[in-house]
Amino acid sequence: MTTMYTPDHEWINIEDHEAAVVGITHHAQDALGDVVFVELPEVGRTYKKGEVAGVVESVKAAADLYMPVTGEVVEVNGALKDDPSLANSDPLGNGWFFKVHITKMEEFDQLMDPPAYDALLKTL
Amino acid sequence: MSETPLQQTPLHALHLRLGARLVPFAGYEMPVQYPTGLMAEHKQCRESAALFDVSHMGQVKLLGPDAAAALESLVPVDVIDLAGGKQRYAFFTNVSGGLLDDLMIARPLSGGTPFGDLFLVVNAGCKEADIRHLQTHIGHRCRVVPMPERALLALQGPKAVDALARLNAGVAALTFMTTGVFELLGAPCFVSRSGYTGEDGFEISVPAEKAEALAEALLAQPEVKPAGLGARDTLRLEAGMCLYGHDINETTSPVEAGLTWAIQKVRRPGGARAGGYPGAHAVEKHLAGGAPSKRVGLIGLERIPVREGTPIVDSHGRKLGTVTSGTLAPTVNQPIAMAYLPLDHALPHHEVFAEVRGKRVPMRVSPMPFNPHNYRR
Repeated sequence: MTTMYTPDHEWINIEDHEAAVVGITHHAQDALGDVVFVELPEVGRTYKKGEVAGVVESVKAAADLYMPVTGEVVEVNGALKDDPSLANSDPLGNGWFFKVHITKMEEFDQLMDPPAYDALLKTL
Repeated sequence: MSETPLQQTPLHALHLRLGARLVPFAGYEMPVQYPTGLMAEHKQCRESAALFDVSHMGQVKLLGPDAAAALESLVPVDVIDLAGGKQRYAFFTNVSGGLLDDLMIARPLSGGTPFGDLFLVVNAGCKEADIRHLQTHIGHRCRVVPMPERALLALQGPKAVDALARLNAGVAALTFMTTGVFELLGAPCFVSRSGYTGEDGFEISVPAEKAEALAEALLAQPEVKPAGLGARDTLRLEAGMCLYGHDINETTSPVEAGLTWAIQKVRRPGGARAGGYPGAHAVEKHLAGGAPSKRVGLIGLERIPVREGTPIVDSHGRKLGTVTSGTLAPTVNQPIAMAYLPLDHALPHHEVFAEVRGKRVPMRVSPMPFNPHNYRR
């Protein structure tokens, strides 16, 4: 699998071998509503799995962004900072949040694969 | 949390058909937004017309020749001189001069109509306590009659009048804060030209069994789309209006809350019917300049939403107050908030700081409303 999911409704994709890409799922953007603000992690900093790495806010609510795996943040999505609504319109594409060098690949392997995430969504 | 099942309004089935996201609010299952989303609903109301279900709010009529004088013993507002057909903003005070709830008082044109000598609309979360309060204190002077058999719709926006006038042309003659009884789809409705968005518009009290048909008839008008409580909250915040339980509560006096305008001269010291309501002594002390703080509007100078509960500090980091409501305002397109600040900081253009996740975000004290009111006077 190249894309895995977290129980916090984030996705992480390792198709690009340079760094993994992280964003929020369709379900997350739909639950939040119109995203108007994002706070992105610090480039160059290493975060532990589960650590708060940013914030995503809609008009109505604010939600923390968690690190899906331990690793160093190597890039953040400047376009998303300028136009937070990309998180709504294209959450799996242009609305990505940041890129990370994964330290422990086993943490990636332990995340939910697409069928497991679909099963989680069905319970909500 | 209590285990009491959530109540539903008469429009519940319609909300489900429209794809609303329903959330618990004041004991009711209410639509927070429809599939178009909060931002689109907010804009719909500012640019055209939006229909809100506010049936969770309390509707109460008072009956009897002494009703107005009796109600004046609970509110610091001129009710006796309220002319037939007019509506007025008011609040119940407690013995400390704090606010128990805010409400709208209307005097229906022909007394003794199905809408009583006075028709009140109170907040959903306070309605049971309000009805008890009325019954306890003035039940011996007038009849206090709750009206759970009626739904309440708010049709708000610059084109609300075009849509509603197609159902009954008579409503177009109403002006801001006036009321009348109009037949809508054959049902007698109590219609006021007022609302909670800062826009022109109407609130319509309709028999519960006719509510769905009326809502559908309004939604069939090209100007109208449904809007949920999420948009209602951002609209009222831009309009600078208080949300009970957040911006005002039993510890805030009307003077601190910036609601002095709602206390008419006749009820202030020196007026013919000064005092005579709970907490009058405390409120009068505040009227004379003794209020320690004041509710102000704040505009964020950085594009970071500042939400309820956020501490407000001065440039030295000393705490001044706490945000009572705040969001990134869809029409104003800036972060806006309300907070109580000490008088020496509650000055226009004064700069303070919001502490957001450990970061100090500059904000400026701003006059309200944040977005100009657009009423039909």
